[in-house]
Amino acid sequence: MNLRKLALTASLGAFMLSAIASTSAVAATAKEQFFPVLVTRTGPIAPNATPWANGFIDYLKLVNTKGGINGVKTVFEECETGYATDRIVECYERLKGMHGGATAFQPLSTGGTFALTEKAPIDKIPLITAGYGRSESQNGAVFTWNFPLLGTYWVGSDVAIQYIAKKLGGVANLKGKKIALVYHDSPYGKEAIPVLEELSKKYGYSVQLLPVAAPGVEQKATWLQIRQNRPDFVLLSGWGVMNLTALREAQATGYPRDKMLGNWWSGAEPDVADVGEGAKGYSALTLQHGAERNSKVVKDILAALYAKGQGTGPKEDVGSVLYMRGVLSAMLGVEGVRKAQERYGKGKVMTGEQVRWGLENLDLDQKTLDAMGFAGVMRPVQTSCLDHMGSSWVRVHTWNGKNWEFPSQDWYQADANTLRPMVMLASGKYAEEKKLKPRTPEECNK
Amino acid sequence: MGFFLETLIGGLMAGMLYSLVALGFVLIFKASGVFNFAQGAMVLFAALAMARFAEWIPGWFGLEGSYLGTAAAFVVAGALMFVVAWLIERLVLRHLVNQEGATLLMATLGIAYVLEGIGSTLFGNDIYKIDVGMPKDPVFLFEEVFPGGLLINKEDFIAALIAAVLVGLLTLFFQKTTTGRALRAVADDHQAAQSIGIPLNRIWVIVWCVAGLVALVAGVIWGSKLGVQFSLSTVALRALPVVILGGLTSVPGAILGGLIIGVGEKLSEVYLGPMVGGGIEIWFAYVLALVVLLFRPQGLFGEKIIDRV
Amino acid sequence: MLYRENGQFKTSYAADQQVFPIAQDRWAVVGIVVFAFVAVPLLVDEYMFRAILIPFLILSLAALGVNILVGYCGQITLGAGAFMAVGAYAAYNFHIRVEGMPLLLSLLLGGFTSALVGIVFGIPSLRVRGLYLAVATLAAQFFTDWVFLRIPWFTDNSLSGNVSVSNLQVMGWQLNNPLNKYLFCLAFLTVFALLAKNMTRSAIGRQWMAIRDMDVAAEVIGIRPLFAKLSAFAVSSFFVGTAGALWAFVHLASWEPAAFSVDRSFQLLFMVIIGGLGSVMGSFFGAAFIVILPIVLNRLLPEIGDLVGVEISTAGISHAELIIFGGLIIFFLIKEPHGLARLWSTGKEKLRLWPFPH
Repeated sequence: MNLRKLALTASLGAFMLSAIASTSAVAATAKEQFFPVLVTRTGPIAPNATPWANGFIDYLKLVNTKGGINGVKTVFEECETGYATDRIVECYERLKGMHGGATAFQPLSTGGTFALTEKAPIDKIPLITAGYGRSESQNGAVFTWNFPLLGTYWVGSDVAIQYIAKKLGGVANLKGKKIALVYHDSPYGKEAIPVLEELSKKYGYSVQLLPVAAPGVEQKATWLQIRQNRPDFVLLSGWGVMNLTALREAQATGYPRDKMLGNWWSGAEPDVADVGEGAKGYSALTLQHGAERNSKVVKDILAALYAKGQGTGPKEDVGSVLYMRGVLSAMLGVEGVRKAQERYGKGKVMTGEQVRWGLENLDLDQKTLDAMGFAGVMRPVQTSCLDHMGSSWVRVHTWNGKNWEFPSQDWYQADANTLRPMVMLASGKYAEEKKLKPRTPEECNK
Repeated sequence: MGFFLETLIGGLMAGMLYSLVALGFVLIFKASGVFNFAQGAMVLFAALAMARFAEWIPGWFGLEGSYLGTAAAFVVAGALMFVVAWLIERLVLRHLVNQEGATLLMATLGIAYVLEGIGSTLFGNDIYKIDVGMPKDPVFLFEEVFPGGLLINKEDFIAALIAAVLVGLLTLFFQKTTTGRALRAVADDHQAAQSIGIPLNRIWVIVWCVAGLVALVAGVIWGSKLGVQFSLSTVALRALPVVILGGLTSVPGAILGGLIIGVGEKLSEVYLGPMVGGGIEIWFAYVLALVVLLFRPQGLFGEKIIDRV
Repeated sequence: MLYRENGQFKTSYAADQQVFPIAQDRWAVVGIVVFAFVAVPLLVDEYMFRAILIPFLILSLAALGVNILVGYCGQITLGAGAFMAVGAYAAYNFHIRVEGMPLLLSLLLGGFTSALVGIVFGIPSLRVRGLYLAVATLAAQFFTDWVFLRIPWFTDNSLSGNVSVSNLQVMGWQLNNPLNKYLFCLAFLTVFALLAKNMTRSAIGRQWMAIRDMDVAAEVIGIRPLFAKLSAFAVSSFFVGTAGALWAFVHLASWEPAAFSVDRSFQLLFMVIIGGLGSVMGSFFGAAFIVILPIVLNRLLPEIGDLVGVEISTAGISHAELIIFGGLIIFFLIKEPHGLARLWSTGKEKLRLWPFPH
């Protein structure tokens, strides 16, 4: 390479650097509430995370067709994370200042949640982790900025045991039973363990822990162990291709699928569609909602967006399980803003700090939800300073070979008597480590 | 006893599949001295092509519901792998002759990125289905001998058979055909081979093409088992200990290494795993390979490295 | 014209053996360091600090460590991520288990622990070499991944296996804003880079290079391969481990083993090879290339799309990013197999002759 080329390369590099610097300074426009969207549209997680992102964005678009949040339009910006924590941090830094400041972040990754938990309080931006993230962050007195709305993995574990007890005909029959947990070997997968072990002391069943190394495409040894021990039930905490492989191996070793119960990240269409009939009878917890193709909100989205060709993703995906989770996640963020506007001024753009108050005082009753088109999709949510989760209702749906459906309309609620002490203990430990003083009730009411 | 046998058989079958991926590594290393990290990406690419063409071709030509569509997809995907091999030789390898091993290794990682990107752009990044009619349900043998019977996974069994046949064919190809001999000559000594008139570039294309076909077969088998999705490219990481255990330059080494690793990791996970909390199979495979290397630094069947000063 | 050594006469051995024998080089390096310490903080915004500069500095340090092992001693490693993890978790344990442990000491002890582990995993290098060794070092990678996931003691019995640190300070100096974090990492990097530069010029560095170039010949002239190889593993792991501790403490503040996965190991090896084997400068170039390029591509592609009038989807951008990134790697390897550092020295050669090249 000669000198000229070298100089050219150098100046090109300088140009690129200046390009970064310039794009990071997008001017703030008035009357727009900015929702950053961290997406995973490539890599191993993409089949599961893409419908979530599409649902999220479609809902934000739907809000705009209805006139925004009291007249404030929503804007959004995507950033691809590839499900890698360092890319999530980069995206967070990139998006947090855009369009006058981010409303709330939803990383859709437990590892990412852990990393952002340390950053959000400094930047004063709330984190919404609907159905994932750290379970002890339910205690808002310590985790001021985290909102694991609708449910945590601990809720999931507790309900899983309730479900099994019901199948066996009562908690007394749990005694002496063997339950295996096949989990993704990461903080995400391990979150399910403490509650299962706590409850095993109470009910006298035994837990067998079977970790699967990410990404989870090799599970032959795991299922051989299951065949050997013949547990009465198998719980599955998988994500992405791991769920698919688990069901394939269950089929290959002849383990009955109706004795398997996944958590709500292991019970969507991409997890079972390829197995088809082979997964028939497999059940999974739901974060209240299942596949809701007949709900009003889905019909609204189809009419307002897809009929005009403004939909984000393929039309077939609208209303699928993970799509609905995206819709719900976006809705919770939007409602946080709406609530904040009640206090800080209707029709104004809310800052992260104001939205935090809104999320902490969220009160969506059934009437409001029904009016928004969520009838039959979810139950009321009411948050408070000590309870950033707001609701712990769970249903169980079953794969019939072609679709997810609810065999019964039973709703389960996590047992607060079991979970609350654990949440307080774990969040107390966190507060101690960080030398944080939990907020007192007076500080909460400010 | 029944359970031990099951684990052993499961390990052997998993090992056969590892061998299939490992074979791709060995073929390319033998002929061109390139440690091809893109093998995993090639498996993904081939499987994606196969899955999508099997979906598209019947629509184009109206071959609904027949195996003809699948067969045509296999042929088209094979042709595509040939194009890929030719492009890799033309655009990358040709320009990197005589570079160090590490540089070539990095170049193949670059190829892996490009293939993953192009594959996802052309064929999408959802989960796709390859249906070649593999049976999914297990059979139980010797139910009178062992309680619960001896479980054999039919799909794995057929896959192992296909792998074995493929290995046999490759061996024949290498031993009996003129091209095969030319390949072996190139593997032994590039310069000597060139001096007797063997065209190096063409040989490389052929070798990458064969590796591409092996990747296609591996992709079809794994894809029919797990569904075709991005994680397929990580099977390469499972096959690496196989390659170094067997020796980088030995085809029988890849086969035997695969069986040893497959059996070793399944037995360790099932019998040692519960004592230490499980999840040990992946590092156990590597440690097993490492221990063997301490005694035989060139792998079980690799050519001895002779240093001349 | 401007860059030449004519007229600079060395009158003592000391002067002849300085780190940068050419005055312009010396001033340039001093200038860059001053620029980095004084001017950069005035010029850039928070995003640049947090998302680009801090990761760049820390990964440069790690690349420097990998370069010592791969570039100077010729032992290919794919296990660098493992040593980053060891450094991070060891530093974490020193930090929380010893009351009143200064941060600086925790980080360095993390590096030190990593060095010890490095020696253990370096032992196979005495028998195994080349690509076999590269794959064998993956054993370290997968083993440490497993250890930190499975043994609760290392993660202070945290329920999920995730650990975090906060309220970091060095002798009363709070590491709570991006500027301080940047300066802290920069100080580390400056000291370590000087250390590396000098180490590679000293007896031990020459031993490493002798082993790299031909180990049998090196043995004949009296270099002990055992000492040379294991010391390279130890020093390299020390650098990488310290970088890992910084990555965990300063950049992420909360982490899980996946932060140091096998992808990280590949990334580090990339940096070294793209940057230039056996060159301190090359480690910086490589780190810049690997850290900044994907981000630049990710941000530039939509704008290019706007210019042409097509809207590219997020997925399309990431796919294009993969293709261009891979393509550029291949391009650079073909054009300059010795790395970006070689381009740099070619440039310097040309500058010496300029403007009269004949």
